[in-house]
Amino acid sequence: MKKETSRSGAALKPSVSVDLGGIKLQNPVVAASGTFGYGSEYEGFIDPAELGAVSVKGTTLEPRPGNPPQRICETASGMLNSIGLENPGIEVFLRDYLPALNSRGVVVLANIAGNSVEEYARMASLVNDNGGVAGIEMNISCPNVKQGGLQFGTDPDMVYQVVKAVRERTTLPVIPKLSPNVSDIVAIARAAQAAGADALSMINTLMGMAVDIKTRKPVLGNIFGGLSGPAIKPVALRMVYQVYKEVDLPILAGGGIINGNDALEFIMVGATAVSIGTGIFLNPYLGRDIVADILRYMKENGLKNLEQIRGVAVDK
Amino acid sequence: MPSMEKGLVVRHLQVGQDLFEMELITPGIVPECQPGQFVHVQVGQENYPMLRRPLSLYDVDRHLGSVVFLYKVVGEGTRLLSKVRAKDSLNVMGPLGRGFSLPREESNVLLVGGGVGIAPLVYLARVLVERRCQVRVLHGTQTRDQLAAFVKLRQIGVEFMPATVDGSAGYKGLVTELLFKKIDPAWVDCIYTCGPEPMMARTADFARKYGITGQASLEEHMACGVGACLGCARKLKVQDQGYAKICKDGPVFNFDELDWPGV
Repeated sequence: MKKETSRSGAALKPSVSVDLGGIKLQNPVVAASGTFGYGSEYEGFIDPAELGAVSVKGTTLEPRPGNPPQRICETASGMLNSIGLENPGIEVFLRDYLPALNSRGVVVLANIAGNSVEEYARMASLVNDNGGVAGIEMNISCPNVKQGGLQFGTDPDMVYQVVKAVRERTTLPVIPKLSPNVSDIVAIARAAQAAGADALSMINTLMGMAVDIKTRKPVLGNIFGGLSGPAIKPVALRMVYQVYKEVDLPILAGGGIINGNDALEFIMVGATAVSIGTGIFLNPYLGRDIVADILRYMKENGLKNLEQIRGVAVDK
Repeated sequence: MPSMEKGLVVRHLQVGQDLFEMELITPGIVPECQPGQFVHVQVGQENYPMLRRPLSLYDVDRHLGSVVFLYKVVGEGTRLLSKVRAKDSLNVMGPLGRGFSLPREESNVLLVGGGVGIAPLVYLARVLVERRCQVRVLHGTQTRDQLAAFVKLRQIGVEFMPATVDGSAGYKGLVTELLFKKIDPAWVDCIYTCGPEPMMARTADFARKYGITGQASLEEHMACGVGACLGCARKLKVQDQGYAKICKDGPVFNFDELDWPGV
């Protein structure tokens, strides 16, 4: 008799699989864009196929060299980064990096960032026609690029336009990644939903900075950077709560997750899946560890699936 | 292939002002270790500091299965690290990065270290001696209190020439002055350097002037250590479009791959 199956045939092992806007994930843990490269960087440590999905490094239509150093700076319970979307461009990504992920059986989210609505639409077409990608995460919230990025993500009308343009070019699930640097996150989420998004990803980093008192200058070459890590978890939880309460779309949620408890908190405020990023830098096995933590919690609490606790902390 | 493991601290002592030497039993990563590579060390148990600290290999004992670090307390991470005691465990990832390319056997090799930048050159010296190279080490510091590496270098059996800014030991002045004044370039087959960038730039000048090949080990603030986050970016040549990643493309680079802008 198989260990997971009871005499009656009912599954005893809880299921951690989830459906993120039409994307089937074997577990709810997704490596956040920009923290896991193209999946092979952590070779020797973890097989990217162990994760629910991998959102690859943010990709633009043309190659980008990224921002001048210093690009990162540790802060209290977190870090600032101003990488500036360094990437080889969408064509190189599809040709040189995606096949290796596909051959490993990794569920891939392509993360795209454009300078214009048309650029987003063109990239969506290229990804759609290429195949090998499970969904498109739209970076409309990068704080580290001068054009595009954040400006799309902070205005509901712009969010609607850009998501709609992508929606019209692809049959793949479309997942806009929302910026926390806005006054009304629910309005942004509603605009994305109206434009045809299949799920929402949140949150991107919070804009911040640091000063070096020796040089009397900003630490980061780009002056401002995105704050991530445990420092932002309360903000992320609050925003996921607000969006889950008001908007009926699955949420890929994260911000400062470094263990299974953190992941469960996000699920309880409505997350369908959780994203890990900065925590991977500390622990490359974080995805595996979180799945184990979640399974242990489910067994201890007699849960069969994650739907049973999704959003339970939200007064909906 | 690099790996992650819990290393047992078997020795940890202060060897100078803000300067510490730590030995860890890490049998999993030792067989892979090459001079110039680094190990990414978790220094805290809490959320801050949460990022690992890259420490270069100061020495490796393949029989014991241990790695040794020489580090200077420069911030919160290294300050916490300095509080770790023998018998404590530390989570380490490694070995990471591209190390030194070794010269042919029996070469005459000059090592030029500045401050705690001497660390990777010591393990390199050990491997070079195993390759029957003649090794001469120049080490520059502010004062004699920072010269602890001589203990290992003497044990390895290489020629050691210190330079201190305050003249408290060896040559009085900068190590690069010592280099230009006392080293016969005809003797040198190749040069390796690690330390402050102006010192490495001057050392590279010496190499270029006399047509000697060489390598430098660089550093930059790091997060992932494996080339995933693209945080430790550095433009190698001024005219380069893109940025190299110190953690994966380096930390060791050939002199002819590098410009030293602003130095």
